[in-house]
Amino acid sequence: MENNKIHTVTKEQVKKKTIIAFVLFFTFICLGIFLWKWVNKQPDDMGIVKPLRNGLNADEVFFSNFLSPDHLAKTFPVTAAVHHPRVNGEDGMGVNFNPADWKLHLIRNAGDSLLITLADLKALPKTEIIFDFKCIEGWSEVSHWGGVKFSDFAKKYGLTDQVKMKYASLVTPDSGYYVGIDMASMMHPQTMLCYEVNGEPLPLKNGYPLRLIIPVKYGIKNLKRIGTISFSNERPRDYWYERGYDYYSGL
Amino acid sequence: MSETKQIIQKHPLAIRWFHWINFPVLAIMIWSGILIYWANDVYRLGWGNKTLLKFFPDSFYKALNISSRLAEGMSLHFIFMWFFAVNGFIYFLYLLFSGEWKFIFPNRRSLKESWQVILHDLHIKRSLPPQKKYNAAQRIAYTGVMIMGLGSLLTGLSIYKPIQFHYLCAMLGGYTWARAEHFILTILFTLFFLVHVIQVIIAGWNNFRSMITGFEVLPNSETEIKAIEKEDNGKQ
Repeated sequence: MENNKIHTVTKEQVKKKTIIAFVLFFTFICLGIFLWKWVNKQPDDMGIVKPLRNGLNADEVFFSNFLSPDHLAKTFPVTAAVHHPRVNGEDGMGVNFNPADWKLHLIRNAGDSLLITLADLKALPKTEIIFDFKCIEGWSEVSHWGGVKFSDFAKKYGLTDQVKMKYASLVTPDSGYYVGIDMASMMHPQTMLCYEVNGEPLPLKNGYPLRLIIPVKYGIKNLKRIGTISFSNERPRDYWYERGYDYYSGL
Repeated sequence: MSETKQIIQKHPLAIRWFHWINFPVLAIMIWSGILIYWANDVYRLGWGNKTLLKFFPDSFYKALNISSRLAEGMSLHFIFMWFFAVNGFIYFLYLLFSGEWKFIFPNRRSLKESWQVILHDLHIKRSLPPQKKYNAAQRIAYTGVMIMGLGSLLTGLSIYKPIQFHYLCAMLGGYTWARAEHFILTILFTLFFLVHVIQVIIAGWNNFRSMITGFEVLPNSETEIKAIEKEDNGKQ
């Protein structure tokens, strides 16, 4: 304080300076409250108010441009994996499902689709991963999954043009759950169409016969019981996006 | 002639802006953080099966209507994080380049003196060590809270994008630990806030006003004491 200058002013001047500063102070408080109320009154865009949705989309642009889509999720020794991965949601797991009838419906283009059996997928090179599966709720669990890399699957089924598109869409057979994934994450070397957990076939509640395992995304994107896969340049529907969550949901 | 007062410039305009922007931004970060934490509220104070305090009791969630607002919490958190980071970063640069850091960073006497400040504040000791703008305890507290801010940014970043920032995440002890550290820092911020507000109330109007107007009125007693001292000197 010794470095600062001391001024001598009248009592009235002190009063005047104080009042001006406080009027400004309260004006800014009111502006802040007004802005907050205005934001909360804006129309909804996919489960949250528009300004917040725009903010999340801007985050996505920032992070997907600035950071690399090629970082790998950390992997663990097989002993670190849990025996029974947690089951945390039943959306899209309707009871009228007959696993014996199941075939993967791959839509390459309008009018060009394939029906693929589990045996077809098992004939492709198998890959395994033990990683820390992260739920958007905040918990995580090291778990051990096996299946076919999506990039291998794309090569096998001639999806050369499709993987140049922006998004993949995955939908459960009953259409009750659906995710949209950006292509960089879909083609990530750790992303797989998964049919095994701990070396055993997937239990029904974990997504038998086939689920998505995508370590670079939160669990909400790891769709269980894949019915249909298709491709587009517009964002496909996404279950939790429609309920206020970030579309990208990347880690 | 009207009565005169002596005023001294205490807080530069920039610091007042940084302070009052940070206040609502940090409040929103803590609030949205609680909305997020609710979805996996695993922390508690206790040992074994004994729990002294659960974070947080159901009554707390109920009273503040916190349940099932994870999406809203995340969207707020991941937007206001930018304001928190940018405001904090510019504030830090301002401290460095304006020389204000000299008043706020602790010096080699601060640790010893802060103890005397605490004794004084607890009414155990009467005198205070000489100080400039901030006393030693304030220097340590305000610098500490700046470091906590940086800590919140780093632990936050490592749980927001644990694969992108995997080195950072590993340095902080992994994903689970980083989340716990992020939570502990939040609790420390709220404790800082409580002590800060209590101290501001105790310090009184003149001190509080200076964070808004920038100036502090020198106490009359001080000018009077000086006048008396002058008189005494004159007599000798």
